[in-house]
Amino acid sequence: MKLLLEHAHVEGIRYYDTYRKHGGYRSVEKAFKMTPEEIVEEVKKSGLRGRGGAGFPTGMKWSFLAKPEGVPRHLVCNADESEPGTFKDRYLMEFIPHLLIEGLIVSSFALGSNMTYIYIRGEYAWIVDILEQAIAEAKNNGWLGKNILNSGFDCEIYVQRGGGAYICGEETALIESLEGKRGNPRIKPPFPAIQGVWMRPTVVNNVETLAAVVPIINNGGEAYASIGVGKSTGTKLLSVCGNVKKPGIYEIDMTQSVEEFIFSDEYCGGIPNGKRLKACIPGGSSVPILPANLLLKTAKGETRTMSYESLSDGGFASGSMMGSGGFIVFDEDQCVVRHTMTLARFYNHESCGQCSPCREGTGWMYKILKNIEYGKGKMSDIDLLWDIQRKIEGNTICPLGDAAAWPVAAAIRHFRDEFEWHITNADEAQNRNYGLAHYADPIHVPAGA
Amino acid sequence: MSEQPKFKVTIDNITVEVPAGTTILNAARMIGGDVTPPAMCYYSKLEGSGGKCRTCLVEVSKGSEKDPRPMPKLVASCRTTVMDGMEVKNITSEKVLDARKGVVEFLLMNHPLDCPVCDQAGECHLQDLSYEHGAATTRYEFDRRTFEKEDLGDYISLHMTRCILCYRCVYTAEQLTNQREHGVLDRGDHASISTLLGKSLDNEFIGNVIDVCPVGALTDKTFRFKNRVWFTKPVDAHRDCPTCSGKVRLWMRGDEVFRVTARKDQWGEVEEWICNDCRFHKKETKDWVIEGPSKISRHSVISQGHYVGVKKAPVLIDKVIGKDPKLLMDIHSISDVNRPEVELSKIAGPAHSDDFKNE
Ligand SMILES: Cc1cc2nc3c(=O)[nH]c(=O)nc-3n(C[C@H](O)[C@H](O)[C@H](O)COP(=O)(O)O)c2cc1C
Ligand code: SF4
Ligand code: SF4
Ligand code: FES
Repeated sequence: MKLLLEHAHVEGIRYYDTYRKHGGYRSVEKAFKMTPEEIVEEVKKSGLRGRGGAGFPTGMKWSFLAKPEGVPRHLVCNADESEPGTFKDRYLMEFIPHLLIEGLIVSSFALGSNMTYIYIRGEYAWIVDILEQAIAEAKNNGWLGKNILNSGFDCEIYVQRGGGAYICGEETALIESLEGKRGNPRIKPPFPAIQGVWMRPTVVNNVETLAAVVPIINNGGEAYASIGVGKSTGTKLLSVCGNVKKPGIYEIDMTQSVEEFIFSDEYCGGIPNGKRLKACIPGGSSVPILPANLLLKTAKGETRTMSYESLSDGGFASGSMMGSGGFIVFDEDQCVVRHTMTLARFYNHESCGQCSPCREGTGWMYKILKNIEYGKGKMSDIDLLWDIQRKIEGNTICPLGDAAAWPVAAAIRHFRDEFEWHITNADEAQNRNYGLAHYADPIHVPAGA
Repeated sequence: MSEQPKFKVTIDNITVEVPAGTTILNAARMIGGDVTPPAMCYYSKLEGSGGKCRTCLVEVSKGSEKDPRPMPKLVASCRTTVMDGMEVKNITSEKVLDARKGVVEFLLMNHPLDCPVCDQAGECHLQDLSYEHGAATTRYEFDRRTFEKEDLGDYISLHMTRCILCYRCVYTAEQLTNQREHGVLDRGDHASISTLLGKSLDNEFIGNVIDVCPVGALTDKTFRFKNRVWFTKPVDAHRDCPTCSGKVRLWMRGDEVFRVTARKDQWGEVEEWICNDCRFHKKETKDWVIEGPSKISRHSVISQGHYVGVKKAPVLIDKVIGKDPKLLMDIHSISDVNRPEVELSKIAGPAHSDDFKNE
């Protein structure tokens, strides 16, 4: 099922003429015959959930936008995409940039944003050029600028390069950075919907979220909602990496089982080199890692599917999250301790340093994990790690603190024996990995769910 | 003028009525005593301050009369406004005490603990905080963080290793002066207070950053190593200053003025900002009209056991869990000069040599 990437591989789709020939900008024509409220209503009906990570219903987010008289409002597209394992927005913007621009025009009209920003990850330098060219083409053809389609609605889209920090993907840090300040997350409330960019009401949405507005308007909210399953409507882009035969970008309707997604030739094609599946992080580095058994089946023994609901079934005790769709697969040769250390290093490096638990706790966790990985760990370190992550989680300004705590918590929760083995067999652990162990065994439900 | 609506809020079972828009922290300050959460970054006189250190976290067990749902996470009391009928737990919440212990540990983890050579010792909020909420030992076994030394000019000394990144000095420079010259550079645990290209801080009100700094990261170079604050006597004084209110606190020993600071209230906050001239250059008794000894109301060694004006919550004792003062270490075990038969926790306030003299 392809909605977003349907034409992504058509030769020349990056350019306006080809894009238009394949039905491009139809949604703008349709949208400008609707009222902004009707567009918001369609998005609500579609059941679209934010694709940036939190999965918040987009229609609802849009309806929270404050509309004080005489105050401009802004739509900001979050293209900062820096979560390890996540590279879907990059693909979309690189191959089919006009889809995003089209979605932005419709959404700007719905929200009343005359000045819309794309805040893009600084390292995506070449994509800035692609987007700016697409914007220029759209403008030359009358889809942007003053009085679009004689509707009286003006809209400009600006591309702003990010400052090179993961934290600038957090929506309030993004807003600060967009304003030219240090990218520190703001303390909420007030929320961006009330006071965002320059203290004006602002909606921040992910690239994929805004691109999905195009098929929603083209086909109607209900048609979009009929795709998918339950509250996981429409299609989702997944960026797959790690030990699979076919890493890359997949657009799925979220009805597949996880097993099918990893092993079928239509998707990831299984694990290469005859290795076996050990673990997986299904939604970008911040979400809990799951051992193979809990990945393929829920704790209740049901088949786990690729939907928001199913991936989070069991909560953090035995489930994970859809997150941003960064699907990272580990085979039996991968070391969970080393991997957890790498992630801890990342969050330590990326913490903005504003609040004490995240600033200090992330570095502490990294140092302890480094000790364990390099054979200097103590058994008490495991409980200490657990206690540190517990004291960070929920006690910080922004969710980066949680995102740093969860991977450590999940690794200890599900792979504690691997940590213990690393500590008791320090020398051996320098030369070989723990291996598959029992992680692929028939389901065992961890204690203390 | 329309009547400001009043909200009822209950903190640790004590109810107060506060104007709408008041934060939980300020409502708790109206009650006073132990129910007031510690605040290391919030500063009522600095707009936008607070929310960062996380020492003031509290549990909201009831959101409001209208929407009684509890808040899912602990919230920063300094940045959360009260709702009518809200119920808050501070020291009656195990969750809060546990989280706060964590925060104190995080704040101390990389702190050099060089109190013996730190000019802030004795009036340091981090010392107070760790005394009241911290553990006696650390679980952190790694090298503490260090920074390159940076010179901020002739008046202000920066010890970055002691900084807790509360941002108060940044807001002070931003809001008190027309040109902020320092800020936070880098991010995460290598973030530091710094000026671009080693500029020195130069503004006639910049000295106030010393007073807002909760720790010894910013100290007065004209007072550096001259005396321990607890040996000096705080005296309120004023002068006719063309730049500021001229209302200051002199820190004297005999007739000698060792240091000039702004006057601080019971929460350790500056009452009125003072100018550099008053702070750094008026070090003679004859520069000042002495008003009399200052009332020091913080739990600090400066008052040497004479607490004045500390507001104790009237109904606290039977309603909240009592907190005996905890000793960080038993000094009997390290010094046989002291008399082990004296039970230190029974001494009200900081121990004084008199407490050991006669039974
Ligand atoms: C540390 C951190 C990094 C984030 N990075 C991104 C990002 O790169 N891209 C993104 O779309 N959302 C990111 N988010 C989520 C945003 O804060 C925000 O929820 C999202 O952009 C909202 O868009 P959506 O409703 O369309 O999902 C990040 C959040 C956090 C806490
Ligand atoms: S949780 Fe971390 S990244 Fe977020 S505001 Fe606090 S220190 Fe910054
Ligand atoms: S130098 Fe002092 S006032 Fe400034 S951020 Fe550090 S601790 Fe806070
Ligand atoms: S005083 Fe509230 S977070 Fe620092």
